[in-house]
Amino acid sequence: MTVVAPARVDRTTLAERLDLIVAPVFAAVLAVIGGAVWLYSDIDDTTRAILAPEKLQKQLVETLVLGFASSALVIIIAIPIGIAVTRRGLPRVKNFLVDTLGLAQALPAYGLIVLFFSWLGAGIGTVIVALATFSLLPVLRNTIVGLEQVDQAVIEAGRGMGYTKSQVLFEIELPLAVPVIIAGVRTAIVINIGMAALAFLIGGGGLGETINSGLKLDRNPAILIGAVMVAILALVFDFLSAVAQRYLKPKGM
Amino acid sequence: MSEPLIRLENVTKSYPSTESPAVGDLTMDVHEGEVLVLVGPSGCGKSTTLRLINRLIEPTSGRIFLKGEDVTEIDSSQLRRKIGYVIQQVGLFPHRTIAENIATVPKLLGWDKAKIADRIDEMLELVSMEPAVYRDRYPKELSGGQAQRVGVARALAADPDVLLMDEPFGAIDPITRDRLQNEFLRLQQDLKKTIVFVTHDIDEAIKMGNRIAILREGSEIAQIDTPEVILSDPADEFVENFLGSGAILKGLTLKKVRDIDLHPIPALEMPVMRDEALRVLEESPEKTAVLLDKDHRPLRWISEASLNRTTQPIEKSGKPITIDLQPEDTLQDALGVMLQSSVGMAVVVDRKGKYLGCCSIESLASLIISDAGGTSSS
Repeated sequence: MTVVAPARVDRTTLAERLDLIVAPVFAAVLAVIGGAVWLYSDIDDTTRAILAPEKLQKQLVETLVLGFASSALVIIIAIPIGIAVTRRGLPRVKNFLVDTLGLAQALPAYGLIVLFFSWLGAGIGTVIVALATFSLLPVLRNTIVGLEQVDQAVIEAGRGMGYTKSQVLFEIELPLAVPVIIAGVRTAIVINIGMAALAFLIGGGGLGETINSGLKLDRNPAILIGAVMVAILALVFDFLSAVAQRYLKPKGM
Repeated sequence: MSEPLIRLENVTKSYPSTESPAVGDLTMDVHEGEVLVLVGPSGCGKSTTLRLINRLIEPTSGRIFLKGEDVTEIDSSQLRRKIGYVIQQVGLFPHRTIAENIATVPKLLGWDKAKIADRIDEMLELVSMEPAVYRDRYPKELSGGQAQRVGVARALAADPDVLLMDEPFGAIDPITRDRLQNEFLRLQQDLKKTIVFVTHDIDEAIKMGNRIAILREGSEIAQIDTPEVILSDPADEFVENFLGSGAILKGLTLKKVRDIDLHPIPALEMPVMRDEALRVLEESPEKTAVLLDKDHRPLRWISEASLNRTTQPIEKSGKPITIDLQPEDTLQDALGVMLQSSVGMAVVVDRKGKYLGCCSIESLASLIISDAGGTSSS
């Protein structure tokens, strides 16, 4: 008997392709706006001082450090917790965690940063902890959802063939949950980069300082350019995460 | 009989949330090389029983022996690597290729790469899938029937002695299911695995099983015996009800065409003269003959009446024979062919299509009657 082979299917959907196009387009548009502001508006010495390259460079690095450190912290904390609460016997802990962290996200980020300041004092460390708390939920929730949506039949088959519990987790569940988990990490990274603009409030540095100086000294071009830079940075990271999402997605899915 | 390959001894599984146990004090033997089918209404605990054997579910009490060895205490993952497992939803790993899926257990057992690669191709051929075409595909590119073929190949990859199958063909369309069942029976003739097969479909049970265990609630065995005995001599009302009406008709799947005495319908070999044909028809008890071509393949039903009615050449009179039977076909197939046939009979041919004889409804009926009488009196 012969079995007819089905034709291979094209796996990239329109949504997936758009995912990789939209962010760069927006970033480019914003870059053009920023450039136009710099070229055509009235730039005086104060504005020039606020937008001094070495200052911007320092703030850029600070923003990146804040974004990366807080995202890394989130990943280190949220994914293991997500795995732990989806093991058998912990559904109550899971619901409690998701509810509580939902509350943390409902608080304004501004309030959260100030709250942590009153507890941990000023500095970059406090900002990292505050950002991590704020963006913990998307990663935790996606880890839980990602693990729970794995087809029970696949797990059953794995167990039935002699995979141990940890082999089922690392060989089946996690690889199959990766797309959903990364989607959560992507959200967290974008939140963190964006929110890092508030770090200046408690001496954490970052591009927020430029915006703040612009506001205080009433220099609109500085505000605009600072805001555009924050937005472009968030978009660039969104794009990089989308690329990672595409290439870390297991084949065959 | 020799020592059973699998033995369940007073096995009980109860859950704290329910009062009556899912499996209550079950003792059952599975012999080497047989297909034992567990069949029963849904919720009777047949799947639970199956999963107790490879300890996906741990028994509350009782002991389970595999080749005489108590496996209740050994490491359950190690145990499962020695037992093939096929489930209704197949459960192929979607992120792994067909080859990687099949390699799962050999890899766990630490086979070397070359041996695994050979085994993958061997397994794909075993389930009639072209290795070069399917090896590097992913499960989502397969149809349901193909996926279950791979599921079976994966379960057999490490050559386990025991195979547990939980409604393996339950989610497949009827035509493909029938084909897979037949292929599987053919495979089993060579492989001689010890198989425990769960289904809720009594017809599948009769077709697949060397023995059938009919289970009622709590996995209590209502009757365990060969399909023939269960059909002709149901132990109680529960079994009778479960078999449903038409147990005799179900029994037709158990017997092959070769089991019945062929009806002596004379053959006319081409080329044949009209007078010769009329003489043969005169002697034929049914006044019917089968016209054969030069290679002895049946062409048409010729009757005396049809020959007298026309002056057409003999190869154009009578009725054409469109379907035939082979000795390996079941009597159920035979019945279907006879009912479709214009003369109430079916021709039987050998593998090359050569005419062997005919079978009629009468010969079928006499076989069933003698058979039913024979077993119930014993």
